[in-house]
Amino acid sequence: MGETPHRSAHAGTGGHAVTQGHERSAGASARVAEAPVSTRTPHDDDHGLGGGGGLPRARAFGAERAFRGVTLAAGVTVLVVIAAIAVFLVAKAVPALRANSANFWTFEGWFPNDDPPTFGIGALAFGTLLTALLALLVAVPVALGIALYLSHYAPRRLGTALGFVIDLLAAVPSVVFGLWGRDYLVGPVADLSAWLNQYFGWIPIFGDGPYGNSILLGSLVLAIMVLPIITSLSREVFLQTPTANEEAAIALGATRWEMLRTAVLPYGRPGIIAAVMLGLGRALGETIALALTLGSTYAISFNILANGGNSIAANIANRFAEANETGRGALIASGLVLFAITLVVNITARAIIYRRREFTESAA
Amino acid sequence: MTTTLTPRRSRPPAQPDSLRAKRLPGYAAPALAVLALLVSAGLVYGVDLGGPVLVVVLGALLYLAGLFAAANAVEGRRSARNRFWSALIHSALVLAVLPLASVVWTLFSKGTARLDGDFFGSSMNNIGARDANGGAYHAIVGTLEQVGIATAITVPLGVLCAIYIVEYGRGRFAFTIRFFVDVMTGIPSIVTGLFVLAFWVLIVSPWFNDGQPGFSGFAAALALSVLMLPTVVRSTEEMLRLVPAPLREGAYALGVPKWKTILRVVLPTALPGIVTGIMLSIARAAGETAPVLLVAGGGAAINFNPFENNQSSLALFVYQQAGEASKYSPARAWTAALTLVVLVLVLTVAAKLLARRNRLGR
Repeated sequence: MGETPHRSAHAGTGGHAVTQGHERSAGASARVAEAPVSTRTPHDDDHGLGGGGGLPRARAFGAERAFRGVTLAAGVTVLVVIAAIAVFLVAKAVPALRANSANFWTFEGWFPNDDPPTFGIGALAFGTLLTALLALLVAVPVALGIALYLSHYAPRRLGTALGFVIDLLAAVPSVVFGLWGRDYLVGPVADLSAWLNQYFGWIPIFGDGPYGNSILLGSLVLAIMVLPIITSLSREVFLQTPTANEEAAIALGATRWEMLRTAVLPYGRPGIIAAVMLGLGRALGETIALALTLGSTYAISFNILANGGNSIAANIANRFAEANETGRGALIASGLVLFAITLVVNITARAIIYRRREFTESAA
Repeated sequence: MTTTLTPRRSRPPAQPDSLRAKRLPGYAAPALAVLALLVSAGLVYGVDLGGPVLVVVLGALLYLAGLFAAANAVEGRRSARNRFWSALIHSALVLAVLPLASVVWTLFSKGTARLDGDFFGSSMNNIGARDANGGAYHAIVGTLEQVGIATAITVPLGVLCAIYIVEYGRGRFAFTIRFFVDVMTGIPSIVTGLFVLAFWVLIVSPWFNDGQPGFSGFAAALALSVLMLPTVVRSTEEMLRLVPAPLREGAYALGVPKWKTILRVVLPTALPGIVTGIMLSIARAAGETAPVLLVAGGGAAINFNPFENNQSSLALFVYQQAGEASKYSPARAWTAALTLVVLVLVLTVAAKLLARRNRLGR
């Protein structure tokens, strides 16, 4: 609309007053054809080119505004989806929680289809945290070792090729790892369990059998699954260490390990933390691999060798088919708890990364 | 990247021996390894502690300790630490390669058993526990349709959202969106499945399904798109930020409006990177089991209509066959797993190759 008026009148003067001043009545349709002419004149730039203000005011209600609105709507959708997840889960969970005649937090069992329904999240949440933490305990040191090998020990070609393979392994669906764990890892893990129990049975976590679908098996499968993810993320972080820092360390006479410890690891620390947290998020939410490998019991037990163990996500997958109305609500309530746990983990991780902005791009 | 940094220990020709630091001879490390294995074997079999696996593990530990001690005595503490950590890092590689190689080997050796026309040409309809045939045709159809619909929903939404964050968003609000996109990356897939179950299957779909909860492929597509959205947004956002500012400024200087600059200049420049991100997110969505299990129902028959009745998917097929009691189902599960992995890997490799051709680089 009022775009062309100042075309000839006021080179170099502030355009706002003039624009508002006259020819407000000029219709948009009449001006559209002229717009290219006007925008080509240099003094039209006096609305400023910085960032979003690069356009003449005339387009305020045209395609520019429309496009901006569309992108804004897409952005808002993200917030709406997150809010909707919380709202709908709560809406479906509350009736089931009302019907629950046992303590949701402490009861060890899952009978939501009974009358009266009884179910509790305690054992499931415990199993979720225990398997995820054990998995990280195994996976993180190994993953960091491989990442360091790929970035600083391996010949360049080999490092790139192996890094590519690791990236591919990170993309392998979890159901494949679960199937492998259930069919093939179960034997070796049972042998290991028997051995651990025989010689280290005095440690409470290495209790008696029967061995098979134990927490140990589930955690090891999880560890193997998150290993490529953590490796691939932290390798990228290590590769970004400034060469100057590394060369400075070498020039001061540092051995290769001292160089890694003084230059590479401190630089990569936020990235490592982010990678570990993302791996933790993956491990907490993993469903199918654990549904196939855990023993699906409802007791809090620190014996990681015996058949048993369960997790929130695996329980949802296992019990969904048989669930009635209340059963679904109960599963949704447990999903809400899982959602809350992962949300806390994620927000913590993001807060750590955001504090050191320079690593954000590489780490996330 | 460290080729230039590698500390070369080759000495100048005229340097006298007395000026050089003492070093372990080259044969020391392999000799120590053999010695450690022998000692460990003697110990394990002598006291009858376990089998060959324990010999190797104990041998590795003894080797680490011995290497540290020897290097400490001859070369000094710093060098000993260096050797110790180097050996530890190399053993981490071996430790991880074993299970991962086992997964890949099992996948190919087991997965090729049922790799025939029947597997790709028939469904599981009317296949009982004693039937050796039956295939994954219905599951492949389901996967392709669900992932296709999810992509059609996610890509425009994700790219527009990224454009908002990079090009238009200012201040706290844009930061909030960006933060929650990051947080969304970590939402477990089963939770998105439950969300769509609560929102679409149990609340919305009964309105036009005679009051019955409507499990369908479309519901699975919705859940997958919730999963894909943050990945698409993040990768697109990163690529848009890499587009050089002079390109935008050049367009503005020519009088091109901002929206047209974005659509005609910024997006085409960033396109290869954006496509890479989209393909990676498709690969991840194709492998998801949990959401499909909850909202698609998972039928045994072929169903081309994603909006009505149960549908299966490849990942769900693997899971269901794994839980079946038939002696023929493991073979079907492994072949379906191989098919799924090949599908996912083809997408991933294509995405990585595309990324390599990306002019913007990383």
